[in-house]
Amino acid sequence: MIKTIISEGLPVDEQLIIRKNTIQHGNGTKRICIVTGTHGDELEGQYVCFELIRRLNESIEHLNGTVEVYPALNPLGVDSVSRGIPTFDLDMNRIFPGDPNGHLIEYTAFKIVEDLKGADMVIDIHASNIFLREMPQARINVQTSRKLIPFAKMLNIDFIWIHDAATVLEATLAYSLNALKTPTIVVEMGIGMRITRTYGNRLVDGIFNMMRKMDMWHGAALKNISKPTVSTKGEVHFLNAEFSGIIIPSVSHSDIVKKGDLLCQIVDSYQGVILQNVFSPVDGLLFTLRTYPVVYEGSLLARIYSETTEK
Amino acid sequence: MTEEILFTLKSPYRDDFKIRGFRFGCGEKSVAIVGAMRGNEVQQQFTCSQVVKNLLAIEKAGKLIPGHEILIIPSANHFSMNINKRFWAMDNTDINRMFPGYDKGETTQRIAAAIFENVRGYKYGIQLASFYMPGDFIPHVRMMDTGFQNVKLAKKFGLPFVMIRKPLPYDTAVLNYNWQVFDTQAFSIYSGDTDIINKDTAKMAWLSILRFLHNMKIIDNTMHEGYTSCVIKDANLETIISNQSGILYGLRGANDEVKKGDILAKILDPFTGEVRSEIISPLDGTIFFAHQKPLVHHNTVMFKIVRF
Repeated sequence: MIKTIISEGLPVDEQLIIRKNTIQHGNGTKRICIVTGTHGDELEGQYVCFELIRRLNESIEHLNGTVEVYPALNPLGVDSVSRGIPTFDLDMNRIFPGDPNGHLIEYTAFKIVEDLKGADMVIDIHASNIFLREMPQARINVQTSRKLIPFAKMLNIDFIWIHDAATVLEATLAYSLNALKTPTIVVEMGIGMRITRTYGNRLVDGIFNMMRKMDMWHGAALKNISKPTVSTKGEVHFLNAEFSGIIIPSVSHSDIVKKGDLLCQIVDSYQGVILQNVFSPVDGLLFTLRTYPVVYEGSLLARIYSETTEK
Repeated sequence: MTEEILFTLKSPYRDDFKIRGFRFGCGEKSVAIVGAMRGNEVQQQFTCSQVVKNLLAIEKAGKLIPGHEILIIPSANHFSMNINKRFWAMDNTDINRMFPGYDKGETTQRIAAAIFENVRGYKYGIQLASFYMPGDFIPHVRMMDTGFQNVKLAKKFGLPFVMIRKPLPYDTAVLNYNWQVFDTQAFSIYSGDTDIINKDTAKMAWLSILRFLHNMKIIDNTMHEGYTSCVIKDANLETIISNQSGILYGLRGANDEVKKGDILAKILDPFTGEVRSEIISPLDGTIFFAHQKPLVHHNTVMFKIVRF
């Protein structure tokens, strides 16, 4: 059943509408929520919503509980190819838990949190941005890791990145919900403005696996679930551009790389010269790779997870 | 005065991005002033340029008090200003959400790190700031309630109001907050406008900065004392939210004194021009903030009125 959680007037003959699809069956009291579309240019979650609902509808008799799907928390952004909320300056994922007396968008954030509060699990799906491609991964605050890692391992992803408390942004939806004791896992996968069907199918399989473990789903679910690497065993290395220019990649995303491997080159297309050869500093898993070719000094090029800490 | 390039960033095809600093006097690091950090902060850039202009005249007259150094960075994001973007030209990130910065990090983290490296350690820090909601403010000094703030000092600007507000989660990455954490007395000056130049409010802002410098005995520039600032907190502001959407027909603006029952604005049907809603003042007070964009959403902040 489609339910409207926000309907507020825009200036000329239009409502800002945020809706969810509530799929319920059986007597089970468990509720999970799948949310995406906070950033209007992150579209990988669109396929996940579609495929999850399609499979649920096909075998609804196996569901014992409630699945709520929110495909577009930022409908104005999704429908206008805009990462942020058109007409509003702040990043939507930096204004949670919102403010009932604030700007329309802060009020909207408040209503979203109110609606999600109390769920047994929230999966907040993101798709990087237009610059970087990410392998399917969960991002978890160290403070909630003990509770959330077992659930993240069910999601058929490749990597679980545990963030130190100091680097966690407190104004995100996930942080706000976890602070309200509503367990929330951020999933990052793919790249902005595109849909990677294989990643989407993997996550949907993972969600069904999680529902089965939560005793909400008694139908078919993939048994051979991916065993993700958890970042607590090693270190994430960030590689940033030291020159402004154009990058030419030399490796593929998700490769296992060796220390000294050439990852990409930054070139000067005026002069036909190489400005920087970017080498891997470690042996590890290349789980983030820049795909957008224009870089400034400082632009993130790659992230590599290494289980052998450099000394 | 010496003009310095504090930071340079090469661009693939555009001219180099440079952050310029204007340094007056020498001695104790007394005041750092930062102007536009977003590409639409034209009022802030203009205001800062007028501070530079006035200080040049004061320097020429020999009225910089010896032993003090003043650093001014009028613009930290003209790469965005030149192409009509508010946030960083390449990735749309906000420099003022990147402090204290990281010199090995992403581009805007590096820019923030370069700014902070240059402006930290000063006794006083002044940022010419803008607000995320579209509208006009009464010119005021804003401070965060971090426990380090000094309201008495904020009154030395002689602006009508000093606003103290609780930091929000995202504030921990803004310049003002980080200044305070690193022992600088930090003030944000809101002159009321952002992407247009309002000569009257800009002048109030630059004169308030000169007044502060005089009051702190950093320059000798006797002038009128300005306002006896009224100190307010969030709880002193009554927020009025729109109960309709449509075209805004504003009747009253920032700084207006209003009485309970006064009509502050009307919201019009965008097709027929019929009045959908009248925004009525619920109390006697002074309008501190007024929404000014011609189109208004439902359920958004229209006015904030200081309750006396």
